[in-house]
Amino acid sequence: MNIDNRTHRNPLFVPFAQDRWGNSLLLLLLVASVAVAVCNLVVPEGSPLHVPTYVVTLVGKYLAFALLALSVDLIWGYAGILSLGHGAFFALGGYAMGMYLMRQIGDRGVYGNPELPDFMVFLNWQELPWYWYGFDQFWFAALMVLLAPGLLAYVFGWLAFRSRVTGVYLSIITQALTYALLLAFFRNEMGFGGNNGLTDFKDILGFSLQDDGTRVTLFVLSAFALALGYIICRWVTRSKFGRVLVAVRDAENRTRFVGYRVESYKLAVFVLSACIAGIAGALYVPQVGIINPGEFSPLNSIELVIWVAVGGRGTLYGAVVGALLVNYLKTWFTGAFPEVWLFFLGALFVLATMFLPKGIVGILQRKWSKN
Amino acid sequence: MSALDGLRSAFQRDRVWEFLAPEREVLVEGRNNLILYVEDVTVSFDGFKALNALNLYIDRGELRCIIGANGAGKSTMMDVITGKTRPDQGLVYFGQNINLLKLSEPEIASCGVGRKFQKPTVFEFHTVFHNLELAMRGNKRVLPTLFASLNSAQQDRIQDVLEIIGLSELRDAMAGSLSHGQKQWLEIGVLLIQDPQLLLVDEPVAGMTPQETERTAELLTSLAGERSVVVVEHDMEFIRSIAKTVTVLHQGSVLAEGSMNQIQENPQVREVYLGGD
Amino acid sequence: MYRLIIALVLGCLLYSGAHAAEDPLGYELGVLAQTKLTKMPAQIDVLVALDDDRVVAVLQAMLDGRLYRRKADDTLFIGEPGEDKSLAITDPLGVTGDSVAPATDFKRIAVNNRMRGQLRLAIAQLNLRSDDEEQRFLAAQELLGDTSPKVIALLEAASRSESSGRVLAVLADARALAALQQDDANLRYRAVEELSGNLQPVVLNALQALVEEDAGGIPLEPDPAVLKRARQAIAGIRQDAEFYSNVETVFFGLSLGSVLLLSAIGLAITFGVMGVINMAHGELIMLGAYTTYVVQLLMPNHLEYSLVVAVPLAFLVSGAVGIAIERGVIRFLYGRPLETLLATFGISLILQQGVRTIFSPLNRSVATPDWLSGALEINPLLSLTYNRLYILVFSLVVFFLLVTLLKKTSLGLQFRAVAQNRAMARAMGIRSAWVDAMTFGLGSGVAGIAGVALSQLTNVGPNLGQAYIIDSFMVVVFGGVGNLWGTLVSAFGLGMANKFIEPVAGAVLAKILVLVFIILFIQRYPRGLFPQQGRSVD
Repeated sequence: MNIDNRTHRNPLFVPFAQDRWGNSLLLLLLVASVAVAVCNLVVPEGSPLHVPTYVVTLVGKYLAFALLALSVDLIWGYAGILSLGHGAFFALGGYAMGMYLMRQIGDRGVYGNPELPDFMVFLNWQELPWYWYGFDQFWFAALMVLLAPGLLAYVFGWLAFRSRVTGVYLSIITQALTYALLLAFFRNEMGFGGNNGLTDFKDILGFSLQDDGTRVTLFVLSAFALALGYIICRWVTRSKFGRVLVAVRDAENRTRFVGYRVESYKLAVFVLSACIAGIAGALYVPQVGIINPGEFSPLNSIELVIWVAVGGRGTLYGAVVGALLVNYLKTWFTGAFPEVWLFFLGALFVLATMFLPKGIVGILQRKWSKN
Repeated sequence: MSALDGLRSAFQRDRVWEFLAPEREVLVEGRNNLILYVEDVTVSFDGFKALNALNLYIDRGELRCIIGANGAGKSTMMDVITGKTRPDQGLVYFGQNINLLKLSEPEIASCGVGRKFQKPTVFEFHTVFHNLELAMRGNKRVLPTLFASLNSAQQDRIQDVLEIIGLSELRDAMAGSLSHGQKQWLEIGVLLIQDPQLLLVDEPVAGMTPQETERTAELLTSLAGERSVVVVEHDMEFIRSIAKTVTVLHQGSVLAEGSMNQIQENPQVREVYLGGD
Repeated sequence: MYRLIIALVLGCLLYSGAHAAEDPLGYELGVLAQTKLTKMPAQIDVLVALDDDRVVAVLQAMLDGRLYRRKADDTLFIGEPGEDKSLAITDPLGVTGDSVAPATDFKRIAVNNRMRGQLRLAIAQLNLRSDDEEQRFLAAQELLGDTSPKVIALLEAASRSESSGRVLAVLADARALAALQQDDANLRYRAVEELSGNLQPVVLNALQALVEEDAGGIPLEPDPAVLKRARQAIAGIRQDAEFYSNVETVFFGLSLGSVLLLSAIGLAITFGVMGVINMAHGELIMLGAYTTYVVQLLMPNHLEYSLVVAVPLAFLVSGAVGIAIERGVIRFLYGRPLETLLATFGISLILQQGVRTIFSPLNRSVATPDWLSGALEINPLLSLTYNRLYILVFSLVVFFLLVTLLKKTSLGLQFRAVAQNRAMARAMGIRSAWVDAMTFGLGSGVAGIAGVALSQLTNVGPNLGQAYIIDSFMVVVFGGVGNLWGTLVSAFGLGMANKFIEPVAGAVLAKILVLVFIILFIQRYPRGLFPQQGRSVD
């Protein structure tokens, strides 16, 4: 957090030396999106340099998770709000995108009904519920990707922060929130596909989701969104607003007595974070091809907190590193030793909180400064 | 039981609902240069009265010291004035017409009431400079803060305060790395830069060296005059060095008020507070 | 008896066809074995008419689909399928002893729905003459509502020789039900009179049939006085039914409340005293349930004592794990509640996976001892299952023991001292580290006990604990942290609320509504129903 005291401006792009790690990350994302696009689309399949499409999609999924981790770090690392229900905002964004993709299927579903998605035909519904209106338009769905999580975060945060629910209380009621949503979305009557969720997507904006080109585009978009998310979060946390957040985290009452409405600050950053999580969800869904109520499960939300803790909270890039690393390990473990994964994850929770207060990034930084 | 109590009181027939009751007039006889007016304030926790019909009047520019044993209600009084605790009954006015009981903590702070905590609380993960920047008067709403930058007048102002509190050299040091005394000073600086009309200072010299204590005494006396200062302290030497008027709190209400000499002569005070000496 | 001995002797000497000739039941069973499905009802009547005590077992086996025909010689056996396609067979005549044979040698006697009704009736008829009072009672209830003249005659006959009061009452009801069909309006009126206030479902059905209207809107009952009385009786029964269904909902609410209380109370202690949330609390409950399972594995022949052994053992197991968690992890994280929350969540994952690895990911079945199964039948509309009833009592016992422990003992005094002011307590010579470990052990141990109780109500599986952690926390917070009485009130309050919303909104929605309510409530009153007041310390 080395900010030039003389100029006191807060630029979007900071010189390399002032954010070595973050700027390296941005560069890496740029290089990766170009390299992946070339290696998948241009390099022929037989070549050792060829990147298969499933890898592109897998890494694209990781990038969406990294963006989600970023949103958690913004509120946990800086404002001290530990949300155990951030998966809910991710899932809401995902559902908004899923609904758009569902409407794109048109009459190509199993039942061939041009008006209703398959699951509604299956449930003998006669017409589209009102809250599905508008989702055949991409712009509307995109708006909802931001609005649905943002609005929920606003209402929830307004109630919670105003009555000064903090610490573990807040954590647990966020968990209860996502648990309630999980139960709700499991119900068929809700009109979101119940247990099975939304799936069997065909195309997005007219491009087939099966095409390599679409996959690579989604990957590049994810990288771009992550980079943009990082830049925005960095700008926010380096502003005076960001300093107020840290002040709230470390001495909430002091901040209040200095004249800041702590509630408004928490609410603002909570809503911003929820919107970022929503975008991450919207990028995730077309890449994995399904969204179901499982995304609301409290386990998911708490798992993503550990990505941030492992990477190193309060740094933004730490969250990205943690998300990529833990998810890579998860893919590897669940493939090689599925039994061991939960042991490993559990141990990661314990070890990261006990021995890695600053995460992996903290260790690396210490090594760096010694050399 | 608060939920039930709230409900019950809403349906009591002999009471008028709060929002319907007429605003009570504040009548301060002949003393219109009051900055703080605390009257008949009672706070109870689980039946224990932390404040019991407390009255306290502070003039503009006055330096007032408050002493009292542990549990006499000093901190609770500060909490009431700064909006942290709501009293069961009583009036708290700032100046002639600002009802502090209706304002939230940030609003009270913006009105010009600054508070220093008993335990020094500064923003440990910010530099000394940023501690002051955050506390400085200005628009403290969300959006203006997001786009805020410092102009040169503001930077000068921070520089001034840094010099007053003697931390110019350490302006880029993390507040968390300061010594206990330096933190106390930084917190006083945080108070000063808010430019308050009333400073509430809770145990400012705890943990300070004699030299630091002396400087603090100088600073506080110099502040009085243009601002009002209320100091809560245990250190009798310190109080003797700065006090003009001393108020003694005992079991939540005022036991005695007067100059240091008067207080020391007061037999009641000797009995309950100084008697142990 | 004489015949039986001869049959036995002959049975040993000759092949089974021979004794059939001597024993009329043997003969008729032989006929049954060769009868086609359509002719079977007549043959069943023949069997009933034999007036032989052994017939009940045959008919019951037939009803349950346990009656087999040996393909080789068309002899009937009562069979019990075992492992590897074997069949444990019993000779209904009692001639040849029990043995095990390959199932492929046998063919099951099939029955259709019509015959099931007939069989049930026949069994009841035969049982009405049984020496066992309970058998006669059940038989009379089975026959209740059957108004065929044959049955009525049977009931008349039975009530003449009956001595047991409760069997007589059922028989009287049955006769009154039959009287509803009489041509004499006076008789019908008296029957309605007698039946009003009777809560058996058959009675309501019979009365409703009486007041039913035909297509033209004219009641089937011609006599207006009978009609009026019947309508009154129906209204009365309906009212009672509603009352008892409310009572039942209250009972379910209390039962859910007791489960919530058991699962939350351990958390109330650890959270209240130490201010840390133990996310592994649910898994400690799970460990208690698995302890019950293991105890039952170790003493399969003494199931009735298994729970008595399991309760203290589960307390020790979960308590020990709790102390290990506290000493190994939590004590390094005091003052960092959010980190504690994450670390204990990690532990919960490890415990879950551990159980999955050791016991398999599938649910394990924990047997219910006899004294816990069954129900306390208060009337035909209201019966309270013993397991829920006992758990309700058990939860209260545990609660009051804990309250006494915390209020009356020096250990409790130390707990409370540390809870209120850790630094001060330490200064006064209380070993706060020891108190922390004990507190955690106690809270965890109680979770283990809760697990024993829960094993009697739900499936015991690796996910058992997860289902309870959010609920438990909600109960504690809703009641007010650090207040055991608050936990009691909130557990039963939330249990009741849940069960009363359920019939209106459905189980899932009820749960959601309660969750949303608590979320809103905490936001309005962050310290819960019964907050601990005090100066906030900065």
